[in-house]
Amino acid sequence: MTESQSSPLLQVRHLDVRFRTGAGRTTHAVQDVSFDVPARRTVALVGESGSGKSVSAMSLLGLLDGPNVVYGDQTSIRFDGRELHGLTHAQWLSIRGHQISMIFQDPMVSLNPVFTVGDQITEVLRQHLQIRGQEAEQRAEALLREVGIPDPGQRLRAYPHQLSGGQQQRVMIAMALACRPRLLIADEPTTALDVTVQRQIMELLQQLQREREMAMLFITHDLGVVGEMADEAIVMRHGQIQEAASVQDIFTRPQHPYTQALLACRPGLTAAGQRLQTVEDKLGGLSGTQAPAVLTPTGDQRLRKPLSRVEVQHLRKVFQRKTGLFRKQPFVAVQDLSFVLEPGKTLGLVGESGSGKTTAGLCVLRLQPASAGQVVCDGKDLLAMSAAEFAPYKRDMQIVFQNPYASLNPRMTVGDILQEPMQLHGLGADRAERLRRAQMWLERVGLPPAAVSRYPFEFSGGQRQRIAIARCLTLSPSVVVLDEAVSALDVSVQAQVLNLLKDLQNELNLSYLFISHDLGVVRYMSDEVLVMRNGQVIEQGGADQIYTHPQQSYTRDLLHAVPRGYRQVEAVA
Amino acid sequence: MSAVASLPGGLADEAGRNMWQLAWRRFRADRFGVISAVVVMVGLVMCLASAAGVIALTWNLEVGPSNAPPAWWAQAPTEAKAKGSAALQVRKATETDIQDPIGADLEAAAQSIGRHSRQDRPPTATDITDPIADELAQAQQAVRRLTVATPGLVDATLWMGTDKWGRDVLAKTIKGAQTSILVGLSAALLATLIGAVLGAVTGWFGGWVDDLGNWVYNVIHAIPSILLILAIAAVLGTKGEWAIVLILGLTSWTGVYRLMRGEYMKQRQREYVRAAEAIGASAWRQIFVHVLPNVSHVLLVQFSLLTVACIKAEVILSYLGFGVPVDGVSWGTMLTEAQNDLLVGKWWQLLSATLAMSIFVTALSLLTDALRDALDPRIVQQGEAND
Repeated sequence: MTESQSSPLLQVRHLDVRFRTGAGRTTHAVQDVSFDVPARRTVALVGESGSGKSVSAMSLLGLLDGPNVVYGDQTSIRFDGRELHGLTHAQWLSIRGHQISMIFQDPMVSLNPVFTVGDQITEVLRQHLQIRGQEAEQRAEALLREVGIPDPGQRLRAYPHQLSGGQQQRVMIAMALACRPRLLIADEPTTALDVTVQRQIMELLQQLQREREMAMLFITHDLGVVGEMADEAIVMRHGQIQEAASVQDIFTRPQHPYTQALLACRPGLTAAGQRLQTVEDKLGGLSGTQAPAVLTPTGDQRLRKPLSRVEVQHLRKVFQRKTGLFRKQPFVAVQDLSFVLEPGKTLGLVGESGSGKTTAGLCVLRLQPASAGQVVCDGKDLLAMSAAEFAPYKRDMQIVFQNPYASLNPRMTVGDILQEPMQLHGLGADRAERLRRAQMWLERVGLPPAAVSRYPFEFSGGQRQRIAIARCLTLSPSVVVLDEAVSALDVSVQAQVLNLLKDLQNELNLSYLFISHDLGVVRYMSDEVLVMRNGQVIEQGGADQIYTHPQQSYTRDLLHAVPRGYRQVEAVA
Repeated sequence: MSAVASLPGGLADEAGRNMWQLAWRRFRADRFGVISAVVVMVGLVMCLASAAGVIALTWNLEVGPSNAPPAWWAQAPTEAKAKGSAALQVRKATETDIQDPIGADLEAAAQSIGRHSRQDRPPTATDITDPIADELAQAQQAVRRLTVATPGLVDATLWMGTDKWGRDVLAKTIKGAQTSILVGLSAALLATLIGAVLGAVTGWFGGWVDDLGNWVYNVIHAIPSILLILAIAAVLGTKGEWAIVLILGLTSWTGVYRLMRGEYMKQRQREYVRAAEAIGASAWRQIFVHVLPNVSHVLLVQFSLLTVACIKAEVILSYLGFGVPVDGVSWGTMLTEAQNDLLVGKWWQLLSATLAMSIFVTALSLLTDALRDALDPRIVQQGEAND
């Protein structure tokens, strides 16, 4: 054990991965990356999408293979003194899942849905340790107990879908730990989970690591998680290491401008209101957020009277779930929700998955019929109107969805996507005028006007979300529902989009209903905040008040669970 | 303007392009697609030309000896020797020959029979079992003489040989293409149309509309398709190509319906459809403008599969007597005839029909594949679509 102090458990040298993408072209996914993972320590690989962090992790386990993967000549991966790079498939089998294990982001797709949890754990034991029958089952039960699953004997016979997301991830961890690996690679293990569950899993991983004295390579995009979990951090971007240092140094004395930018562009739980810094600001590149070209209000914008305020009263939504051939079971998604949307203000709607926040947003826009309640505007109830009466109001209330990869029709050009709403609502005199406006809005959200002839797939996630925002703005709405509008974006891109949304709000006096699970982002955007749980409002009030003096224990738990990054106190202790 | 810099490719040269130009450009780059398009076009032109009476006009005429093998096969030395010069020396038939090649001899035979009946001589045993045996033998000899001796014979058999009645197999194949391709394509088109519209509407609206659609589907699907075809044929009362199209179209839409219904139920949940709803697009617009292009790949594949199925179904219909009338020809009837020919080793009719059918069907499915790719803007030269 003491010798391993001198030579680290895992030694990666000159890891270099290219993908052949056809026609003699290659993508350089990982460029000459070298790092160490010492025994019993946690090293974090941090980076945004496309940084090469997952590719690195996969190649460590020999999971990247095939005719289109080209490794560099000098690539060397030494694990406990043994060279892993270039092992045959059969040789890998004795290492993978045995000495080095991996857990993945989404437990729902990583677990096989047709086998019980017990089957899947005992299979690992049988494969690597030749343990079968009674003994394997006892081991599996012990493992489940160790990862904190209540009533493990019963749970062995459960199927994955019968467990919650957090429990599924615990089962994945149990499987990974079954053979007492010396190194655990965790690829975004908490990203798909709610914040309170994320907290539990993080604590579990830390505790297990201490007890079992394993090393851990923790891959994540979230600097907050890194600060709490890791001893050392490696910041990657575009396949290269930008900075590698102890977590304390990364957080207190970041050297590389990219690291500084990453730290700066995260909306925290405390600071609100200021403009977020973006990576471009820090790296001194071209400014991603150009000086806002103030929009000249076009004809119909001046003529139209914006909605004064929208009052949502006692909104309720009940789904009828079919439980049998003739039986239906009511499921209350939203229970008695009331709030007011003021022009130029943002109302934040926070909650974990299943809290009914998205359903509420859809009901307000009549994209889903509400079961009861009113949406009052100018003294009229929008929900009680006929479709024809509601049509003019449809313009005033728009929505931006979570996933910019799904919310733009892949078969339409950006120009068509932006012109369609205007065409449907009879805005703009003719095609040329609508095209001109579409180009204007593209410019306003920071995209070149020439993008009108392009298809959505040609744009990155952040650019697509800008297109989606431009689409709803073409109708010059008064109210915009932002349904997890930045959740799918990288943190640096998220900062740009949040800045854009704030600018647009100031300029156009928009009223936002900002729905998100991310407490930091909601804090940054909102004037007032509603906390939802199981369809009910738990707490409601000014953003400052809720974040500094939460009244309800649930809100306190939520706030406490948010990873805050590196804290000096812990380092001392 | 970092966003500008990160757009792939140059922007200026591609400004103003539209979806169809792009699709056309992508299609032209697909070699297999272009070849298959040419083959399909040739097939269609062939159909139209033969329908207009420009080619394969003489398919129903006896232009050669019965069961003459294809030209390229008959020139194999052993074959030519064995058959003697008779098989090879096919003459160009005159109009009378074609209409009634052994007319004169038959007349002589008939006269001789008449003589028999007048009891010129006492009947022999042969007369009783086969009264016109002698005359028939004479007549056959006369025919052979005629074919061999008449001037104006060509020095080779026909390219794909002849059938039992001496008809040119190649001409039959071309004429048969007219029926088969037109019937196959039109029936498949009709079926796809019915299935797509019904599936889209029921899958989209759900509720009682869906229940109704499913009810119709289950009824149609529960009846054995042959029975249904016979029933519809009986009700229609007419025969001919368009009756077949109608029958096949009305019975084979169920598969497309089922698939489209599922696709629409799935697409309905997609965010881009919700987004279209949010900007105020009507249900019809969402169904046909937004979703339809996104499920077109399913439709195209189904269409090409259905075309094959309809061409084959026409065979069965013809076999049962509900398809092509006896004086018509299709690949289906050729295959049916070839069944008997094959027993005596005459394979060229089978080869001709199956070759034509498989070339056309393969080209059609390659063409729909290429179309699907060309119409999908996401399929680009690889390397640009990395996350």
